[in-house]
Amino acid sequence: MTGFSSAPLWYTTRSTAIVAFVLLTVSMFLGIAATQRSLASRQWPRFATQDLHRNVSLLALGFMLAHVVTTLLDTFVYVGWWSFVIPGTSPYRRLWVSLGTIAFDVIVVAIATSLVRHRMPLRWWRAVHWSVYAVWPLAFVHFLETGTDAAHGRFGLWLDIAALLSLVVAVAIRLGAGNEPAGPLRSVAGRSR
Amino acid sequence: MSPTRASTAVDAWPRRVLASVNDDDVFTAHLDTWGPLPSLPGPAVIDEIEASGLLGRGGAGFPAGRKMGSVAAGANRRPVVVANGAEGEPASGKDVLLLSRAPHLVLDGIQLAARAVGADEAHLAVHRGSSAVAVIRSAVARRRDAVPIRVHEIPSRYVASEETALVQYVNGGDARPTFTPPRPFEQGVARRPTLVNNVETLAHVGAIARRGAHWFREVGDHDEPGTLLVSISAEGISRRVAEVPTGTTIGAVAERAGVSRAGVGAVLVGGYFGSWLPAAYAWQLPLTHRAMRSAGAALGAGVVAVLPPTSCGLVETARVMSYLAAHNAGQCGPCVNGLPAIADALRRLASGGWDERWWPALERWLAVVPGRGACRHPDGAVRFASTALSVFAEDVAAHRSGRPCAAVASGAGWLPAPRPSEGWR
Amino acid sequence: MSGMRIRVNPIACKAHGLCAEVLPEWIELDEWGYPILDGDELPRQLVAHARRAAKACPTLAIMLTGE
Repeated sequence: MTGFSSAPLWYTTRSTAIVAFVLLTVSMFLGIAATQRSLASRQWPRFATQDLHRNVSLLALGFMLAHVVTTLLDTFVYVGWWSFVIPGTSPYRRLWVSLGTIAFDVIVVAIATSLVRHRMPLRWWRAVHWSVYAVWPLAFVHFLETGTDAAHGRFGLWLDIAALLSLVVAVAIRLGAGNEPAGPLRSVAGRSR
Repeated sequence: MSPTRASTAVDAWPRRVLASVNDDDVFTAHLDTWGPLPSLPGPAVIDEIEASGLLGRGGAGFPAGRKMGSVAAGANRRPVVVANGAEGEPASGKDVLLLSRAPHLVLDGIQLAARAVGADEAHLAVHRGSSAVAVIRSAVARRRDAVPIRVHEIPSRYVASEETALVQYVNGGDARPTFTPPRPFEQGVARRPTLVNNVETLAHVGAIARRGAHWFREVGDHDEPGTLLVSISAEGISRRVAEVPTGTTIGAVAERAGVSRAGVGAVLVGGYFGSWLPAAYAWQLPLTHRAMRSAGAALGAGVVAVLPPTSCGLVETARVMSYLAAHNAGQCGPCVNGLPAIADALRRLASGGWDERWWPALERWLAVVPGRGACRHPDGAVRFASTALSVFAEDVAAHRSGRPCAAVASGAGWLPAPRPSEGWR
Repeated sequence: MSGMRIRVNPIACKAHGLCAEVLPEWIELDEWGYPILDGDELPRQLVAHARRAAKACPTLAIMLTGE
């Protein structure tokens, strides 16, 4: 392939990767927390969080695509076109790139199914969507192992820790105390469940 | 505690579906009384049933002929027949009686209904552990039917015998109601149009196919003709079943069963799922769907319970309400939360621990719970509680001001007790 | 009037309550968090919000009928 290599292309690959990873993590946080009454208010209702989750996911997808395309165009490191969607086909750091490929594939399917959520059985949508929980760690490792910035330099390290912590907090909130409505509508009997 | 064997039949009026009941072998008795299965073709069966004016005997009272017609008409897939012999109502004994003493008339009815809608498959549901199970299984085995009948023993839970719960069970799921639409007549067993009929309805079909619509109409009310099976309970009487012409008054049925009106304050019509009525009013009320509706009640599955003079209506109501609250399907929030809240309030009102702050809450729950579940369980339970508060208004006032009645101490309750429950499958 | 109505599948409903956030003009929550819906026809100006409410439900329990 008579491609080309250049510093701007390389920096674009790296920066879009970082932004994509951050957006992905933010999107996950929002998705986990969207239904929690404890994180909502009159000024910020939960359907607003739902909307934000959706928009951030689409933005993340955009940055992921940019990251993938710039990586493929750059011939300094050869990563074949197939490795875009098929894991295990990149000669460069096969395992770690594959993790990125898998993560990308699953996220594309998760987003696509969400756009037609109303037209499919809820069980299937949920299975696909929850598989993103399994896939975020792959993106995390991909970032860590292939990312120049993640491994070298404090910025990358702090980013990784912050991302992981934020999701742990989100899951803890979700699994924690119940999500029942509080407020003036409580009955004399208190909770009847 | 009443036994779970089939209730004894009261010998009162002309016997139709109970005509073959005697001490002989059920098959012989059946053939002696009714003869072989008539060869009436499907469309003729529907015509005859429509002409007879037979209403479903499972509680809803929907015209049986019309129901068959809609299942047959809507079918671009082969329909299925489901016979409902699972009497969830603890105060009812008629289905068990029919199945154990006159099973072949029911099985004939299933064959005729299958022919009417073009079904090639039939199912019969009975409660697990019921005394009718062995009899019905051997009855099915003795016949050589065109349409095979599969007997299902379903969990003995109150809502398990609801139409959509039966269908879901036959489809391999839990015996719990499902969200409608689609109703079974459109999509039921294996997504096929499904005719669900009570076994008493099917017994009448078996009789009408032989004797004709005119014969059926000879007896009973003009608009809702024929006979119906009534289960009556009172002091010392538990689930006694009588076959009576429609339109007979509650009082006539009660007195024929030996129940005196003296001192009786109230009558429960429809069982646990029914409505309380003041005794004087109820005594002269004819047993028709029409009359019951205008009285603010429902005929349901023909269950009549006469409150003994020594019992407290509120205590009975609270006990039944606890049962109904515990026997929801666990699927819909308003029912799962609302019924226990109501039951708790009624228990306090009946037996102690009452606080006046419960009253507005109770009224609110009674208003907010009905109509918001997938089935009619919460609706029936709320109607049961509301009619109690109205009919026993004097007792309510007394209990509210801290003067509960003498009957409180007795605790055991008199309405027939339900069978112990189990899982959903 | 729009000819459309809004319904809830009470079995699917898990009392998240997002529907009432989106459409408070038509949906109220009972004390346990479950929606109380008006069964009448929706006024035209609420139809878009009703669609939004159906989309917002995490368990897809809210449905619009009559379109």
